[in-house]
Amino acid sequence: MTARPRSFTRFREVQEELEKSGAAVFRDAEGVESLIVRSPYSIQYVHSYAEDSPFFLGLAEGRLKGSRCSKKGCGFVYATPRAHCMVCGSPTTWLDLPTEGRVHSWTTCHFGGEAFLHETPYNLALIEFDGAGSLLLVRLKDAVESELYVGMPVVARFDPNPKYSITDIWFVPKR
Amino acid sequence: MVTGGVTKFAKAHPAMDFRLMVKRAYDYALKDASNLTADRIDGTRISYFSDHFSRQLKAASMVQDYLGMNPKGSVRIEWGGATGGECFQAAYEAVASGRMDVCLAAGYETMSRVPTWKGNEFIALASDTNFDFPLGGFYTGYYALMVVRHIYEYLRLGRFAHVKDEREAQRLAIAEGSRIMSMVSVKNHLNALHNPYAQYPKRLTVDDVLKSEMISYPLTREQICTMSDGAAVAVLCDEARAREFTDRPVEVIGVGCGTDTMRLADRPFGKVPLMSHEKASDYAHLPYPGVHSFRAGRSAGLEAYRMAGITDPNREIDFIELHDAYASSEIQTYEDLGLCKYGEGYSFVERGDPFLKGIDYGFPTPRAGTIPVNPSGGLIACGHPVGATGLMQAVFAFWQLQETVPRHFRDPALQLPHPRRGAIHSHAGTGSSVTVSVLERGFR
Repeated sequence: MTARPRSFTRFREVQEELEKSGAAVFRDAEGVESLIVRSPYSIQYVHSYAEDSPFFLGLAEGRLKGSRCSKKGCGFVYATPRAHCMVCGSPTTWLDLPTEGRVHSWTTCHFGGEAFLHETPYNLALIEFDGAGSLLLVRLKDAVESELYVGMPVVARFDPNPKYSITDIWFVPKR
Repeated sequence: MVTGGVTKFAKAHPAMDFRLMVKRAYDYALKDASNLTADRIDGTRISYFSDHFSRQLKAASMVQDYLGMNPKGSVRIEWGGATGGECFQAAYEAVASGRMDVCLAAGYETMSRVPTWKGNEFIALASDTNFDFPLGGFYTGYYALMVVRHIYEYLRLGRFAHVKDEREAQRLAIAEGSRIMSMVSVKNHLNALHNPYAQYPKRLTVDDVLKSEMISYPLTREQICTMSDGAAVAVLCDEARAREFTDRPVEVIGVGCGTDTMRLADRPFGKVPLMSHEKASDYAHLPYPGVHSFRAGRSAGLEAYRMAGITDPNREIDFIELHDAYASSEIQTYEDLGLCKYGEGYSFVERGDPFLKGIDYGFPTPRAGTIPVNPSGGLIACGHPVGATGLMQAVFAFWQLQETVPRHFRDPALQLPHPRRGAIHSHAGTGSSVTVSVLERGFR
């Protein structure tokens, strides 16, 4: 017979034990015992950018693309592209956005989802562009928390080794 | 609504899975009503937010099964952070449509089964996975982006309009906003000292909140709700049967729901849908909602108030349990729900309107008791087991209107004096969906 898993009264110790042996017993303040096991889960998605693909292909070529509503009298310009206009429902066409803009709002993330914790602290900023009616969320680099402000002029940078992700573009302060 | 039940929200309930948590809340609710047995319930609406948290898909079927509700009708409700509020309204609709005479709304979340920052990643997957999530976007970051702009619109361009140096003015405005947000955090944690169901009741000072760990500037740990395990249930029925189950029923007199774009970047810059205490000229230069306010909250409020016949919420509602996932979003929500005008949220806190009378918060609250907000402690202090949260608010509001808080909390401190009407407000992902329900005392 194999032994019972080790027993703990602190949940944190249970988590440590799971890393070691994969199973533990947790005994709570009322003496109730729970058997806890490790249960891994991972998956590789086959993620298609679908109708947003030209935007991400554009980033890889060092171009920032938005979209413009094709309907006369609407013509709304999206800085985060949409294949169909949110205002009138018509299809949009692609256009090149300016690579300079202004900070509409910003934050510095000192924590993040687990996948991004090792990158902290990092800045996120919503960027506004002349001629566009919506914004674009990006990383803002080469500036620390105390330097950032609403209205700050910024300029785009592109990754010369694209990863085919929104992180292929980032902005830096215009100096 | 004729009865409800809540489990104590906790960081982890390893000895209870989701089925047992719901069962505990359900048993409490049944025991607290008269003549209410399982056979009187015609069907259920069951809510939880994410399959990721328990890696059990179709978990609502297992709740239905565990409660012995088969083969009655049921459906699972999911609508992000507003999951619990939607579940409450789904149960209301089942009864109001005549499909059921008695409907059980049950919700839960078990968030302790994954590490906290993996949990944050799961929640962040409820944002656009092409444009937002891969940036390292996560919910505290999104709300920080929103409050920085809110502070800019209303404090920088308001009480700091006279400061010439732009960057200095913005620094001062953020410091002021952070101080006022901390007052909200103090309020909710302190109220929760009298709520035995709350996860994090504590006495804090504004300074404690400001000095707690920075999560995403300017939001600190104590201004943010936590992940929890917990369950809550509410039983709704038609008027004809209500008095069989309780002599203190509570009537649902208004329901509303609003939505907005998933991405903050797509939010329009338009006009404010006005409430009766507002004029178009109040907001002549305000691009709305932008990223500073929740248009979905305003829409939900307008719909619910219209149905309830409310024109001046500040006077016609006695208290609100609202979705304070962040101290910032509590302030933004005061404005969305018309408790004050847009831009007045910060002074609303400083004047003390949303505070309880008779509790010493450690700073002056001259108008305390005007319209108490989150008398229970809200999400910040009670916890936020997503699928249960909106139903928890319903139960706390129900007990307030029944005037049974002293019995359920074993502490009279949070019972408001004869409240007639309360509102509950449930809110999802940066305001992409929001529900508001108005409850009224249904007895003399």
